[in-house]
Amino acid sequence: MSARNRELLALVPVAVLLIAGFTAVFITRSDEIGDLSLIYGGYFFALCLAAHLFLRVRLPYADPYLFPLCALLAAIGLVVIFRIKDDLAFDQASVFVLGLALFCLTILLLRDYHVLERYRYLIAIAGIVLLLGPFITRNEVNGAYLSVDIGPISFQPAELAKICIVIFLASYLAEKREMLSVAARRIAGLTIPPLKHFGPLLVVWGAAMLMLVFIRDLGSSLMFFGAFLALLYVATGRLSYVLAGLVLFAVGALVLGSNIAHVQDRFDIWLDPFARNAPEGAGQVRQSLFAQADGGLFGQGLGESLLKLPGPFAPDCQQPFPECGSILPAPHTDFIFAVITMELGLFGACGVILIYALIAARGFKTAVMAPDGFSKLLAAGLTAIFVLQAFVIIGGVTKVIPLTGVTLPFVSFGGSSIVANMILLALLLLVSDRARRPPPERREPEVRGIEGMPV
Amino acid sequence: MNRPIVRIYVLVLLLLATLVYFTSKWAVFDAEELEANRDNRRPLIEEQQIPRGSIATADGVLVAESLPEGGGRNPVYVRRYPQGSLFGNPVGYSYVEVERTGIELSENDLLIGEENEFATIIDQLRDQQPEGANITLTLDSEAQRIATEGLQSAISVPGTGAALVAIEPATGAVRAMASIPGFDPNEVQNPENFKALTGDESAPLLNRPTQSTYPPGSTMKVVTAAAALDSGEFEPSTVLNADSPKEISGVELQNSGGQSFGDIDMTTALTNSVNTYWAQVGEQLGADTMVTYMERFGFYSDPELDYPSDQMAPSGVYNSDGDLVREGFDVGRVAIGQGGAEGQLLATATQMAEVAAAIGNGGVLMKPTFLQEAKDPDGRTIEELGGGDEQDRVISEESAAQLSEMMTNVTREGTAAGLSVAGVEFAGKTGTAEIDLEGTNQPWFIMFAPTQDPQIAVAATVERCQGCFGGEVAGPIATQVAESLLD
Repeated sequence: MSARNRELLALVPVAVLLIAGFTAVFITRSDEIGDLSLIYGGYFFALCLAAHLFLRVRLPYADPYLFPLCALLAAIGLVVIFRIKDDLAFDQASVFVLGLALFCLTILLLRDYHVLERYRYLIAIAGIVLLLGPFITRNEVNGAYLSVDIGPISFQPAELAKICIVIFLASYLAEKREMLSVAARRIAGLTIPPLKHFGPLLVVWGAAMLMLVFIRDLGSSLMFFGAFLALLYVATGRLSYVLAGLVLFAVGALVLGSNIAHVQDRFDIWLDPFARNAPEGAGQVRQSLFAQADGGLFGQGLGESLLKLPGPFAPDCQQPFPECGSILPAPHTDFIFAVITMELGLFGACGVILIYALIAARGFKTAVMAPDGFSKLLAAGLTAIFVLQAFVIIGGVTKVIPLTGVTLPFVSFGGSSIVANMILLALLLLVSDRARRPPPERREPEVRGIEGMPV
Repeated sequence: MNRPIVRIYVLVLLLLATLVYFTSKWAVFDAEELEANRDNRRPLIEEQQIPRGSIATADGVLVAESLPEGGGRNPVYVRRYPQGSLFGNPVGYSYVEVERTGIELSENDLLIGEENEFATIIDQLRDQQPEGANITLTLDSEAQRIATEGLQSAISVPGTGAALVAIEPATGAVRAMASIPGFDPNEVQNPENFKALTGDESAPLLNRPTQSTYPPGSTMKVVTAAAALDSGEFEPSTVLNADSPKEISGVELQNSGGQSFGDIDMTTALTNSVNTYWAQVGEQLGADTMVTYMERFGFYSDPELDYPSDQMAPSGVYNSDGDLVREGFDVGRVAIGQGGAEGQLLATATQMAEVAAAIGNGGVLMKPTFLQEAKDPDGRTIEELGGGDEQDRVISEESAAQLSEMMTNVTREGTAAGLSVAGVEFAGKTGTAEIDLEGTNQPWFIMFAPTQDPQIAVAATVERCQGCFGGEVAGPIATQVAESLLD
């Protein structure tokens, strides 16, 4: 079966999940959900089929499972968002139109993605500007600088910046990897590269620390720096770099973190969210754990868990649900994983984690199969940062690491996240198509000498 | 470059496995602990979102209802008790802040709709919000009011209490249950009021008819008589010498007022409540026989009443450690409702009402109950009392008839001759138990009416009453309640 036919077949579970999920939510919450909203699911699935047809034409050899796996995540997200508030599912499905447009545009424009290497410094600067955008516009939300408001639209530039940074690092490391790994001196058992090559790495470390200072977000900087270390390791094969990087990050995070109140608070909450004197914000971590405790093995069922505060418990609500009046704060964005655990149980939650593991498998496989260094680094970097983002937010929600407000890729409600991840997926598929494309057939038969050795 | 990629993939899998581990920790392994965490309001909110069923009396007076608070699409339901303190006991209360007691607790499953077997598949599929069943109690509001007011007026020492229970002999239906002092369940929701009520030395939250045990005094002679007649060792005409004093267990026992009666039969002995006669009967029967009949009447275990077990106390002979004992006590004095150092007889008003009801019902004790009927919100009957449930045959029909006649003689010409119930013949027995406090008694009256075809059995008692006698203090309250319950 061709790759694209397998892809079409793999979209069947997505359709089944959409139908079953929307039906289940509609039945349990029929008193507050309009009949019309059921079509949001169909609307989304039509988009999936359109994307599939586009891939059939433009990237026939690309990995057949990456797109259906991402669509599956998006379908789960859409069903859960529909359950939280039906109107939001419409917005989310609409964002997929924009995401799909940019997905197609990326594939059309970057017929040969190696062109990105030429603009790497420009892309790096764009990435840094994007990252600092919220700080420049002084848009502080919950103590961190994470979004830019453009008119009515709130945009999270870090989502796009992560792609820019990975492209830059992949390109830079692909060029310098020889020098970084070969022209090294060994001092006291550690491999030290020449300082002039080591310099840029210190720059990246410095950038990650600055991110911590400026956008005050441990999770995002962990995500960026983690992807950077992964790329460094892939490029050089030297664990000593990774260890040095981890030590540098840990020292920096400790020193800076303890001096930035916001980061320090997050850290204290993580250590003990139930402490009597826990900083403000501990409540949301507690609620996240309480919500998960309500889930059990199989969950309460779609639409059946307790999400809304009853009237008298939320007397001062000016904004509509879920901005106000939700027991679990931000159930559709930061804490959507807790909602999934509550309604679908440990099994549902593990299913979601498994999908990320499968995407990682396909992404890294693409990297392994990729023909050249830049392609390998690009695929590995994009996959790493994608999975790290999932780890950072699920880890925050489940108290594995301090909580950070990043989105759960493809699942959380939010335009920038969907759009950025669609572009990321497009890049991965571009690399994959190149990697899996069969070599062009030769006209003349190969001339072979004795014992099969080429002449 | 490929080997590092594979290694990174392994690292990613490890990270994701950590997430699985922690998710299972919260969702499954630590879930109970998290649900019990005091910051976790989820269980409370879920509970309040269920509209509890209403509670009404048999004559249709609303006792408890749940009203939506906060309005909008997402209200919570809060309990209101329109009758105030009249039904504070035994109905109890149900508030998230202070949990629940009484009938609100014992009928909780019905009230929150958890045992709704008739819910259709459609209801379950559509997952309609659970709604509780509406309950009709066997209690009668008029009898309850008369009982409460009567007991209240009988209180002579501040801080003391009183109890009354009225049971329909044929079905076990509890028609009135009054406890003094009372409390208004509407007040309990406020934590400060609740603290004041729990700290109050007169214990208004205590449901005295089921929880407080008192020496039953001469009302116990009915139990002794039942054992004497049914065991075949005595006839109503059996003659004993009833001079005063008589030595019982080596200690002299006096009749009331030190009166000597000479040789009298059992009917006369009950009519005039002659201590020395009944103490000798007790001694002749022995502890074994007495305990056997007491157990048949329901002594030595909680009443088989649909009520929370921690709000009921068993009646019986208690030693000084507070444990129930079945032997080694002064059986002569237990037979007249007192006791001694080895064991003191103590009984609840509910238990003594059951004694009267069993005799009135031809010797068969019916299980007492509060529940007349439960209907789901659509009006389908889920449970109903019907003819009641038999608990035990205590004595033979013949013995019951003999005893009934003897008790009727008490109200004709005996210690209760001054009492009347709507002009019908009725059976009764007074009791005036001595308690350690000088000058105070525990007056009792148990009865059933009419003698022919008994419709109501009542037991009433007042704590530590200054110079009171059963026939004068407890009797009039019991007969008034009985009168109100006769058609």
